[in-house]
Amino acid sequence: MQRFINNPDEVVEDTVKGFVKAHADLVRLASNPRVIAARHAPVDGKVGVITGGGSGHEPAFIGYTGRNMLDAVAVGELFSSPTAKSFLDAAREANGGKGVVCLYGNYAGDNMNVKMAIKLAAKEDITIATVVANDDVCSAGPDEREKRRGVAGEIFMWKCAGALAAEGASLEAVQAVAQRAIDNCRSIGVGLGPCTLPAVGHPNFLIEPGTMEVGIGHHGEPGVRVEPLKPAAEIARDMAKIVLDDHDLAAGTEVAVLVSGLGATPANELYILNDTIEQEITGRGLTIHKTYIGNYFTSLEMVGATLTVMALDAELKRLLDVDVDCPARL
Amino acid sequence: MQQFENASAGDIVLSIADRIIENRAYLSEIDGKIGDGDHGVNMAKGFGMAADRIRGNDMSLATALDTLGTVLMTEIGGSMGPLYGVMFTQFAETIEKSPAIDVRTFSAMLSNGLDGIQSIGSAKVGDKTLLDTLVPAIEAFDAANADGKSFPDALDALVVAAEKGRDSTRDLVAKVGRASRLGERSVGVLDAGATSCALILKALALGAKQKLLMSATAGR
Repeated sequence: MQRFINNPDEVVEDTVKGFVKAHADLVRLASNPRVIAARHAPVDGKVGVITGGGSGHEPAFIGYTGRNMLDAVAVGELFSSPTAKSFLDAAREANGGKGVVCLYGNYAGDNMNVKMAIKLAAKEDITIATVVANDDVCSAGPDEREKRRGVAGEIFMWKCAGALAAEGASLEAVQAVAQRAIDNCRSIGVGLGPCTLPAVGHPNFLIEPGTMEVGIGHHGEPGVRVEPLKPAAEIARDMAKIVLDDHDLAAGTEVAVLVSGLGATPANELYILNDTIEQEITGRGLTIHKTYIGNYFTSLEMVGATLTVMALDAELKRLLDVDVDCPARL
Repeated sequence: MQQFENASAGDIVLSIADRIIENRAYLSEIDGKIGDGDHGVNMAKGFGMAADRIRGNDMSLATALDTLGTVLMTEIGGSMGPLYGVMFTQFAETIEKSPAIDVRTFSAMLSNGLDGIQSIGSAKVGDKTLLDTLVPAIEAFDAANADGKSFPDALDALVVAAEKGRDSTRDLVAKVGRASRLGERSVGVLDAGATSCALILKALALGAKQKLLMSATAGR
């Protein structure tokens, strides 16, 4: 394992320190060193928009803190949920008196810590509404969508909700638009190589050379099938098919597309995938409004990529197009 | 009546922390087989921090349990921070007004801790989690008590059932948490949470038994 690390147990501390130095114009470290807040937060009379999750997915989650985006983010250990206290402190940093929405992914630890944070926040009259992302198609069947994990679709959810909150919308309205945004998202991941938590020192899981895992999760959760590695066009076709079959969108629907690397995949290969992804999407009569491509939501140094397709309506399209200022490129 | 004093019994929590810290590598190793391998590290970190705050402070059992629960909830994230955090804080709340802990108070403490866990988690017995240790352990304690067994004998029954429950997770398929994504591949390995829960319950029961023995001797 050759990595840029000081002490394996202090990877998150060191990441946060460097992050705050790099983006001091946009973000600050809260009094809780496991909370990143936007420079402008809290804004009086604005619904606070927060999230939180394990580290190792950079630029998610902290990189999406900023203007018209997230007001505060709770930071967990690598691949491990932030504490209830950190979610609570993120809500405090974001609370402008109109309540806070916590928009996070469907993982056991996050669910429990957010639930505890809601109880603690209620004691100080901060209302936290939640939307739980579940866009990862392969993590559970269509009849069990509530069990699916949240992945890169969360970025679209944050962007739409962040933009609406900035317009002064109510807590209910922001929560509703976040829910609609994530309901309109479907994602899939394909893994070609595993990742290693520095403190553990060996890969979390194995992908045999010459094979790939279709439907892999953001922490290496097993996919739906392991098969021999294929040319990019065939992989891209499979990814698009899985996402679009689950989505079942009417021809003519406008969509936003996000292709993210998982950490160790070169940017050019994402373009190679996108060449075919675009054909598959337009081939179904859908119109691509916008494509985001790059490392948006990673899994340490996993080799692989994810595809997210969000169906747009007029409001989601408008909100998605609102300019943002955050450390991640959007 | 068999009971022990709440005051100064906080050292029981120190012995729980010692067992967890001793088993740091073992807990991470079994977690690494089907989870992400950080259970021992995170548990030892949280229990160690709590022990540092308790040691030398002559705490009651209630205060020490609350200290441990609060540290787990505020400093240790993941799944185990909130689950054990809520369990220990509920333990503490149940006994904080009782100067002496008798078998009824101890039973109420255990079941309130379980209620706390079930109020935030979604697991059931058989899902390959710490509940597979905790639920049968509490049932065995209450059953022994209902059968007219002494408090120390009921504590022994609790330990036996906890360890049997822990061992039962070897043959179970994980239904919640990260290991659940492995499905059938999770069979054959102990659940790390069920294993740490057995360590905790055993240290708690042994500590309580020792206090009972001491108060019986003192009363003679």
